[in-house]
Amino acid sequence: MARMKFLCDSERCIECNACVTACKNEHEVPWGINRRRLVTLNDGKPGERSISMACMHCNDPPCAAVCPVDCFLQTADGVVLHSKDLCIGCGYCFYACPFGAPQYPRTTDFGSRGKMDKCTFCAGGPEPDGSVEEYQKYGANRLAEGKLPLCAEMCSTRALMAGDGAILADIYQERSVRRGYGSGAPGWSTAYGRNDRGSPFAPGGPGTGGA
Amino acid sequence: MRPTMRPLHALLLIALMAVAGLAAPTFAQAQLTQVPGPSSPTTKEQVPLYVPQDDKVVGRVSIPDEKLAVLVQPEGREWREWRTHTLRLAIGGLAIGMIVVLAAFFLYRGTIRIHGGKAGRLVLRFNWADRFAHWTTAVSFLTMALTGVILTFGRPLLIPLIGHQAFTPLAEYSKSIHNFVSVPFVVGLVMILALWLRDNVPEKADWIWIRTAGGLLSKAGGHHPEAGRFNAGQKMVFWSIVLGGMALAATGYLMMVPFVFTGIGGMQIIHVIHGLLAAALIAAVIGHIYIGTIGMEGAFDAMGCGEVDENWAMEHHRRWYQEQLRKGYVEGRQPAE
Repeated sequence: MARMKFLCDSERCIECNACVTACKNEHEVPWGINRRRLVTLNDGKPGERSISMACMHCNDPPCAAVCPVDCFLQTADGVVLHSKDLCIGCGYCFYACPFGAPQYPRTTDFGSRGKMDKCTFCAGGPEPDGSVEEYQKYGANRLAEGKLPLCAEMCSTRALMAGDGAILADIYQERSVRRGYGSGAPGWSTAYGRNDRGSPFAPGGPGTGGA
Repeated sequence: MRPTMRPLHALLLIALMAVAGLAAPTFAQAQLTQVPGPSSPTTKEQVPLYVPQDDKVVGRVSIPDEKLAVLVQPEGREWREWRTHTLRLAIGGLAIGMIVVLAAFFLYRGTIRIHGGKAGRLVLRFNWADRFAHWTTAVSFLTMALTGVILTFGRPLLIPLIGHQAFTPLAEYSKSIHNFVSVPFVVGLVMILALWLRDNVPEKADWIWIRTAGGLLSKAGGHHPEAGRFNAGQKMVFWSIVLGGMALAATGYLMMVPFVFTGIGGMQIIHVIHGLLAAALIAAVIGHIYIGTIGMEGAFDAMGCGEVDENWAMEHHRRWYQEQLRKGYVEGRQPAE
């Protein structure tokens, strides 16, 4: 089974924010929540690069490890989902997440922040695929319809790619050979490059498609 | 046409020439920081995918939420280790360690009795304001300790017992109670600080108490080092609760307004401080509860009904007792002199 991953080729990203807008629109994400965002490094200096970042769907998700109510699950594709019925909005997943992916509808309401929201790899939530409840809580389930995440589908320069990690790695490596340079896949060592205690999603493991 | 427009025309011309120059491949490549060169990969295997990354990467975002400018924060890994292992070890280890020590002490010493037996005459030790302040602090502290422990240990201990569906509301209520009960806790802290600060200033006699461990270990002697209203042990509890409680409240309120005063690294440190203080105070309070209940005969009356037996006061707080006697506060005794 394919191991779903994101890969943002920072040499190609032109900071157009189409991925951010597409995500917001596709999932009716409320104001203030940023499932996907663009971060520009070395802004205005030589070597400026922009990187589109969302939940990377880690092999060994830190959010799932620190969750006090154990509301996370990982699908057979390696997509990290969570249950908004179980989430208590404590905010611990944001402290542990290397990528700042978890988002909360409120910032301060005497410690209550509402149900956490994050990128679902366009795969909805634990509810039945395509159900109304699933759409209301987590947004569209494109994966169940055989489609890839809209952010990557929308990317005009094909900088952001989503799909089988092995294929993404191959495309990126071929690209880098053709143009002569590549600085690595942002976040891959943090999300997929660590030993994760015998999980099938460990680097090179059966769940990762060998990437 | 004004004459000032002429230099602008010249500028536009220069700009156009520059753009034309950029179109020439050699010139364009010189503008880039990364160009194909001797280090360029010639095969796909040479292209790095996993680039080791151990430092925080911060950039710029165009959205209002500025904390999201942090692209990668590997420190989350250390915080995860803290939250899933170290925190549980600190709270559980210190609490269980304290209980073990107390159990050993109880087997060795038993309940510390009043040597002269009960006199039957009572002396007021804590008035209603003292007791109100104590029990406000005590009940809110225990409530927060319990709810905090539910949130910390619920996943490994309670979810296997009651299941996810039942644990989520329990955790949610625990979190709310933990937050709201902090208000009476702080009120109690301010009250005990105002009421008892004067009697908790360290003095010379405390040194003797600490050196002899308050006579706790001398089984047969029954000799107590002299003490005023509070002995050195009680003063230590007072200062741990007041200072530790204030720090717990401060870090707790900072966590209720996340990212208002600090970024992600600061929030992680605040959580660590809160957890360590909680572990230390829970252990200290277990010891405090022990000596105030089963550990010592007559001690609970002080905070229970507010009045203690004359002989208990004479044995444990002689200097304070003599003062009360002088003022005529001891039931059935005439003021001295």
